[in-house]
Amino acid sequence: MAVGLPENVFMTRLDAAASWARSNSLWPMPFATACCGIELMATAASRHDLARFGAEVMRFSPRQCDLLIVAGRVVMKMLPVLQRIWLQMPEPKWCISMGACACSGGVFDTYAVVQGVDRFIPVDMYVPGCPPRPEQLIAAIMDMQAKVRRTGTVNGTEFMARDTPMGPEPFESEERYRIQDANLVQLGGFSAAMTAAGLKRGAANHG
Amino acid sequence: MVELSELQAKFGSELAESSFRDNRRIDVPAAKLFEILSSLKNDYGFNSLIDMTAVDYLEYEGAADRFGVVYMLLDIFSGERLIIRTAVNLPDPKLPSVYSLWRGCDWLEREIFDMFGIVFEGHPDLRRILMPEEFAAFPLRKDYPLKGRGERHNFPVITRSGS
Repeated sequence: MAVGLPENVFMTRLDAAASWARSNSLWPMPFATACCGIELMATAASRHDLARFGAEVMRFSPRQCDLLIVAGRVVMKMLPVLQRIWLQMPEPKWCISMGACACSGGVFDTYAVVQGVDRFIPVDMYVPGCPPRPEQLIAAIMDMQAKVRRTGTVNGTEFMARDTPMGPEPFESEERYRIQDANLVQLGGFSAAMTAAGLKRGAANHG
Repeated sequence: MVELSELQAKFGSELAESSFRDNRRIDVPAAKLFEILSSLKNDYGFNSLIDMTAVDYLEYEGAADRFGVVYMLLDIFSGERLIIRTAVNLPDPKLPSVYSLWRGCDWLEREIFDMFGIVFEGHPDLRRILMPEEFAAFPLRKDYPLKGRGERHNFPVITRSGS
């Protein structure tokens, strides 16, 4: 079927048009808690110029953002704040976990530090580094744009499929032993079976 | 300069002095702590509480008491410094608050309470200062595991479709 289109008119899918527009106006919510936040500022500043990707509009209200950038370690007192900010952001929204601490807790493997924000909120893109260079963050934002264009739909139905937590299990076996030892309680039949299997128990803290 | 013999004459002979790299330390019994600090402020001019902290001596070689609480005092006119240390023990670690002497002890005592569980009687607002209110342990005690008891995992998980 040959349809004669006038000049300056082209055909596309609505999904593709919406995703194209969204991917070129990702408004970040900077959740900057540590040194990654400095790199995030550098990324937005003139030398690296995040405006080239349409993402320079840092909004400090989650109501106006569609890209959450978690830059830095998140402690257990801050996590409810992060979760609330995520819930306050309007659809469609995405999340970049920037730096080793946000992705995994980094070197801060202590009682107060959450071992990766992806255990508790959904994350679309991980940026390695401690802290990452601005180039790495720009690469992540470009990948984010590609992901939005690739998977985006006009009414956000692609998010409905992501209904299971994507992060790691809350406890590794070693940590489970340690908690059990510290609390002097049995966690079901799990620990007896694992001990019988000859696995090493959590090293310290039998005090 | 405050002399140990002078303090001993006033407050008893169990006061002991030691020093490390020109820092003078005086160990005092907890029962006479407030009296001694009060005298140091009012009679000897230690008008500034520089810092206040605690130490957990669990499994420390040669230690007789569980916790040491340390007061670092300064006379801002003469520049003289003095460290006062006292001991408290489980199961009821308790000390008088020095809020009436130095207002600056407010958050320092709250921090010691938060981290070690030492109660300062007479403090106007003894709450946790660093950890969340619902936190149940005292994390700087040596018998508390470094990685916690699972508190850091005790949050609801938000999925993408659910948010």
